[in-house]
Amino acid sequence: MKGGQAGWLFVAPALSVIGLFFAVPALAALALSLTDFDIYALADIRNLRFVGFRNYAELLANPLFWQALGNTLYFVVVGVPLSIAASLGAALLLESRLARFKGFFRTALFAPVVTTLVAVAVIWRYLLHTHYGLLNYALGALGVAPVDWLGDPRWAMPAIIFFAVWKNFGYNMLIFVAGLQTIPEDLYEAARMDGASALRRFWHVTLPGLAPVVLLVSLLTVAGYLQLFAEPYVMTQGGPQQSTVSLLYFMFEQGFKWWNLGTASAVAFLLFVMILAVTLVQLAVARRRGML
Amino acid sequence: MSARPPRRAILGQLGAASLAACAPARTAGVTLRFWAMGREGEVVQTLMPAFEAANPGVRVEVQQLPWSAAHAKLLTAFAGGSLPDVCQVGNTWVPEFAALSALEPLDAAVAASRVVRPADDFTGIWRTNIVDGRLYGVPWYVDTRLLFYRRDLLAKAGFPAAPATWPQWMAAMQAVKRGAGAGGFAALLPLNEFEPLLTLALQQDAPLLRDGGGRGNFRSPGFKRALAFYGEIFRRGLAPVQASTQIGNLYDEFDRGAFAFYVTGPWNLGEFRRRLPQARQDIWMTAPMPGPAGPGAGIAGGSSLAVFRSSANKAAAWRLVEYLSQGPVQGRFSALTGDLSPRRDAWEAPPLAGDVKAAAFRDQLERVKPTPQAPEWERIATEMQLVAEQMVNGRLDVDQAAAEIDRRADRLLEKRRWMLARKPGAAP
Repeated sequence: MKGGQAGWLFVAPALSVIGLFFAVPALAALALSLTDFDIYALADIRNLRFVGFRNYAELLANPLFWQALGNTLYFVVVGVPLSIAASLGAALLLESRLARFKGFFRTALFAPVVTTLVAVAVIWRYLLHTHYGLLNYALGALGVAPVDWLGDPRWAMPAIIFFAVWKNFGYNMLIFVAGLQTIPEDLYEAARMDGASALRRFWHVTLPGLAPVVLLVSLLTVAGYLQLFAEPYVMTQGGPQQSTVSLLYFMFEQGFKWWNLGTASAVAFLLFVMILAVTLVQLAVARRRGML
Repeated sequence: MSARPPRRAILGQLGAASLAACAPARTAGVTLRFWAMGREGEVVQTLMPAFEAANPGVRVEVQQLPWSAAHAKLLTAFAGGSLPDVCQVGNTWVPEFAALSALEPLDAAVAASRVVRPADDFTGIWRTNIVDGRLYGVPWYVDTRLLFYRRDLLAKAGFPAAPATWPQWMAAMQAVKRGAGAGGFAALLPLNEFEPLLTLALQQDAPLLRDGGGRGNFRSPGFKRALAFYGEIFRRGLAPVQASTQIGNLYDEFDRGAFAFYVTGPWNLGEFRRRLPQARQDIWMTAPMPGPAGPGAGIAGGSSLAVFRSSANKAAAWRLVEYLSQGPVQGRFSALTGDLSPRRDAWEAPPLAGDVKAAAFRDQLERVKPTPQAPEWERIATEMQLVAEQMVNGRLDVDQAAAEIDRRADRLLEKRRWMLARKPGAAP
């Protein structure tokens, strides 16, 4: 018993921080999502009503919510694998024995992560410009007609994905570099002596060795990509035709444009439940595959 | 900060002893925080040195907000108690901020003012600032929508003058369309903009909301007439079923003759001048909105200047509002921004006087009507347009669309009805 008490004492600071900064806000958001907090309530708190689950029912009946959910899933399903592939590819290149100036390239590839999103978004808007953008210029050289990247509802999300992958791949790349360094060199040597090609060495040595790292990276990336907001906010403002409205962007508009904090909290809570569910599924799959 | 006498007293007093009079301001070391949006926020800074020179001890700190973030920022500032002293407020936002009790009533200050006189302003624009009988803002510049048209194409189709009634407009569009050939249209009414339909709707006698703003009134015969006329333009193939984002470069398209009528606002006066070649400036002209049976009403849009109740410098804030309302300052502001003045006297001097292409706006402004003064209005108008878009795409007929708009409006107004029922006679 004595030992148990001491244990609680030791974790008490961490628990109280988690309680204060996670549990309390999450519960407050849940409570707020059961009310109709709006500008009238902001003017006078007596205008606040408890509405039960009405916010949730209305959300599920709102086509824009479903579109936002669809857009977000599109971003996650396409963006996460692309992002992880880009990170892993860059990490493999950096760790290749043929690579020179590793320090320089590591810094250069990591640079997008530490730049300000709003500042690089301005540059990307130029790169993606229909008439004088570099990307369309390059495509034009290949004979492809100009694409209105940020103005065409079909291309806006791919453009956002492209931008987000470029902005974020450096972070996971560093984690992969660290992971690659833990794989013992003799495994590669043994494989090479058995006559394994580079591809087979990657498949049978590198990937299994990286499994825990891949799991970690995919958990972080999925959770992060589900919270897509800043990219559409600065690049497209949800347009064109609401094709880049993400769940979080939808929540922001509800909460801070229209000041429907009740509805916005309901969106936040649904997103929280969704991220939790996806994470648990990922962990369960990993456990079954013996990655943990 | 100076000591503060009671707010009403000083407002009246200082309004009376306006800046035109030489009584120097007694306030010393006051910093006024002034928020303005977009282009106005960029250029208004250049008007401040003259104000500061006339008001020693008052310094104005202009903060420029992007339009896309302004509304959210103002509400957040209200919640956080960090509103500025003076702010540019879209005049459709006035009811909302009045409902929050965030705005200072300006009736007494205006009554005592020699600069700001309601009679100088276009009536419809002035009325957008009055909520429940109290004045919460002073018009700064106006915005309304009317017809930009191709004079040459219209003449070729047999119409020497712009249409003034709906039947004439429809006939002109038919004639232009016949001459346009395959793939050509007569008009551009972008489906992502609610203003064209809203203009047609405001031309009807029936109000858009009923029961004191507690319910939609979109099933009224008047609104259905407007909706039917709007739908007919698309049904006859006179306007493309497109949003403005789907049109590559509408100035090029207009120049090419892809459409002859475009319902849009004053900023396009400058855009058309800049983007069409010099030699082609004769081909376009503006005209007031045609109405069901003669020149029709338009939307009373634009921005007002408002003083926030939380301001500690209301007297100096009001002097800034008065300064920006002076005729010569309005003239300079128009020249800098291309904005149209809400004051009739500013239209009698350059740059507005003698601008033949702006003249239609001068005429239209005498017939502008405010939109319903419910804080929910902007969202209702957005929903109205989304339903109208479905109708244009053939998924609803006029009656179904009107009923659907009413249904959505009533849902958005649910809280307002509850509040109206609770506090009879005290609608926010």
